[in-house]
Amino acid sequence: MIYREAGQFKTSYASDQAIFPIAQDRAVVLLALAAAFVGPPLLASEYWLQAILIPLLIYSLAAIGLNLLTGYAGQLSLGTGGFMAVGAYAAFKLTTAFPQVSIVLVFLLSGLVAAGVGLVFGIPSLRIKGFYLAVATLASQFFLVWLFNKVAWFSNYASSGTITAPDRAVLGVTVTGPSATASARYLTALALVTVFALVAKNLVRGRVGRSWMAIRDRDIAAEIIGVRPLRTKLLAFGISSFYCGVAGAELVFLYLGSAETQAFDIGLSFLILFMVIIGGRGSILGSVLGAVFIVLVPIFLTNAPHALGLRLPVALQKQIELMVFGGLIVFFLIVEPRGLARLWQITKEKLRLWPFPH
Amino acid sequence: MNARTLLTMALAAAVAAGPAVTTALAAGEMFVPLLVYRTGPYAPNGIPLANGFNDYFNLINDRDGGVNGVRIAFEECETQYDTKQGVECYERLKGRSPVLVNPFSTGITYQLIPKAPGDKIVVHSSGYGMTASADGRWFPWVFNFPMTYWSQASAFVKYVAQQEGGTDKLKGKKIVHVYHNSPYGKEANPTLETLARDLGFELTLLAVDHPGQEQKATWLQVRRLNPAWIYVSGWGVMNQVAVKEAAAIGFPMDHVVGNWWTGTEADVVPAGEGAKGYKSMTFHAPGHGFKVHQDIFKHVYDKGKGAAKREDVGEVLYNRSIINAMLDTEAMRLAMTRFGNKPLTGEQLRWGMENLNVTEKRLEELGMKGMLRPLRMTCENHEGNGTAAVQQWDGKKWTIISDWIEPMRDVVRPKLEAAAVEEAKKLGYVMRDCAKEK
Repeated sequence: MIYREAGQFKTSYASDQAIFPIAQDRAVVLLALAAAFVGPPLLASEYWLQAILIPLLIYSLAAIGLNLLTGYAGQLSLGTGGFMAVGAYAAFKLTTAFPQVSIVLVFLLSGLVAAGVGLVFGIPSLRIKGFYLAVATLASQFFLVWLFNKVAWFSNYASSGTITAPDRAVLGVTVTGPSATASARYLTALALVTVFALVAKNLVRGRVGRSWMAIRDRDIAAEIIGVRPLRTKLLAFGISSFYCGVAGAELVFLYLGSAETQAFDIGLSFLILFMVIIGGRGSILGSVLGAVFIVLVPIFLTNAPHALGLRLPVALQKQIELMVFGGLIVFFLIVEPRGLARLWQITKEKLRLWPFPH
Repeated sequence: MNARTLLTMALAAAVAAGPAVTTALAAGEMFVPLLVYRTGPYAPNGIPLANGFNDYFNLINDRDGGVNGVRIAFEECETQYDTKQGVECYERLKGRSPVLVNPFSTGITYQLIPKAPGDKIVVHSSGYGMTASADGRWFPWVFNFPMTYWSQASAFVKYVAQQEGGTDKLKGKKIVHVYHNSPYGKEANPTLETLARDLGFELTLLAVDHPGQEQKATWLQVRRLNPAWIYVSGWGVMNQVAVKEAAAIGFPMDHVVGNWWTGTEADVVPAGEGAKGYKSMTFHAPGHGFKVHQDIFKHVYDKGKGAAKREDVGEVLYNRSIINAMLDTEAMRLAMTRFGNKPLTGEQLRWGMENLNVTEKRLEELGMKGMLRPLRMTCENHEGNGTAAVQQWDGKKWTIISDWIEPMRDVVRPKLEAAAVEEAKKLGYVMRDCAKEK
């Protein structure tokens, strides 16, 4: 009844091709966005900002990046953690070498560095496909992490190999480093995710995204209709790595504050891949939903027994958490193999008919 | 054991550990978060550490009614030794306004050091953490007494020199450092490298990646190098694998020395007979023969509130943990002499930590006579004047086999101060003048 597009006429191509053609969608998204910008900094406690919302935003960005590559272009990658590490170390090297350069610019440049590395590791994708490509990208994961661990130059010869985010300001407000407030870091992360999600959404709706999907669905057919596999696949690797690189830089600069290569191990690559699979392959919204699921559910499961007044030993609680979390993943994949984004889509279709389904 | 007994045991464990988790902070309490790891690849070491803290705080609460009447509230949070989960725990428990945190992980310590001045929470990384933070002029909020990794490494080299019959005998000797490839494992490297240059021994650094279950390649290299001594900086599952591998290649075990995080019962028992003769550094005595243990048995275990199994009381890491808890409560006690017997603020406790002076007499009162050496902190020196010893595993128990070894402070301290400047610069700190704080 509420969610119905009756009476909304599209009188121009622009309105027909809008990202959110339905007025209600537009309103909801804009309201949600406004709420996200205003609400948490005013209302949320530091714990919520620091331990939940900031990582959520950063993982969303990384998941969007991987979704472009795996969900849209169909190239399975397990190198996400490695590309994020490239972004983080590049940002660290850049901002320590050029402290006067704006940190936002540093993030973008480190994204570009990651994109370059991604291009190199994307080259095998021209020859190998599917699981074999996953193995090839796995090599990049291990190689990059090993490289940053081995070569002390990357961490400016810190004895512990740890990189630390220095204080950097944007428009006079400190957004990174120990003296930055959680709100400032949250807003920076949110602004970056918003911009890049919008860019990604537009990318996948346009020529580039369509050629990715053509390659994903059947590469030979795509080649026949004139999509160049070399360019398309490498572009997917490059752009995806750019996103991951920015996310990696944010991970250190906005969330952890200091990190070593351990933060970018294979577990991170799997985590991001799970976000994409659970959220929904080939969906920008799905990437965000997947990140929400993976970040929030374990924290909820940790806190739930406590809130109920159950006093379980922490070890038992952790094991229960892992079991329930694993079970939930299996459950969701059985119920909806196409992810949370698909569930949302079904809900929307149902809502359109509600309350008169026939 | 059938399913029923297992279930009963699990329930019993749940009931036993129940009091460990308190929810509301009553007036007249001080809250200490415990970032523990009872699951994952580091659990073998994490469990005794967590148990020791639980038991010592329960002892203080039940025997003495708290520290000068101020009870210690504490809550465990599972980190799995993972920095991200550790930070999540820290942020969550920060809501209960703690004044002190023991991260139990060098990685997590690195995360918490930048937060400490802003949050006004003392970071006590007892015998671990960032070595450079021992310079209190730059890092007022961080304490790593009784000793840092660098001092420890220098004590190890001193011990080797003693065994070889003099510092000049070290020339040309091969020493291998097998380390956990993380900030923790790498900490000792700069000191070992400096000493290798100064004393002329050949140092080879061999990294083992997290979690360290696979070390075949590393020990193959060790075999090829055939070093005189091996120093191991491992943690969790890596330790037992390293000890097993050393035994498997037939290396003389009394020439393998772990650092003090690589030498507890859980590290050597799995290797069985092969571990006999294995040595490790330590800064306190093992075993449950001290008066404090009798008190713990009487006031905690006899009331069914013990966190560990009775026979595990007195494990190396358990003892380290109660010493860590003792140092914390002693700092609280000292701060209360100046600020009154009420819950302290972070700044007040910081003062207590900085002026801590645990004398021989005080150790005797605490029931820890002979367990560790007296310890004294100053504004400049947050490492204190700790000394190390070497303990050896005889197949059944650990025994201290060396005298107390003074670290080479003349070598370590200048390096440490230089590193402190370096690290503090990254965080934008300014040096404070200790002379003005007296």
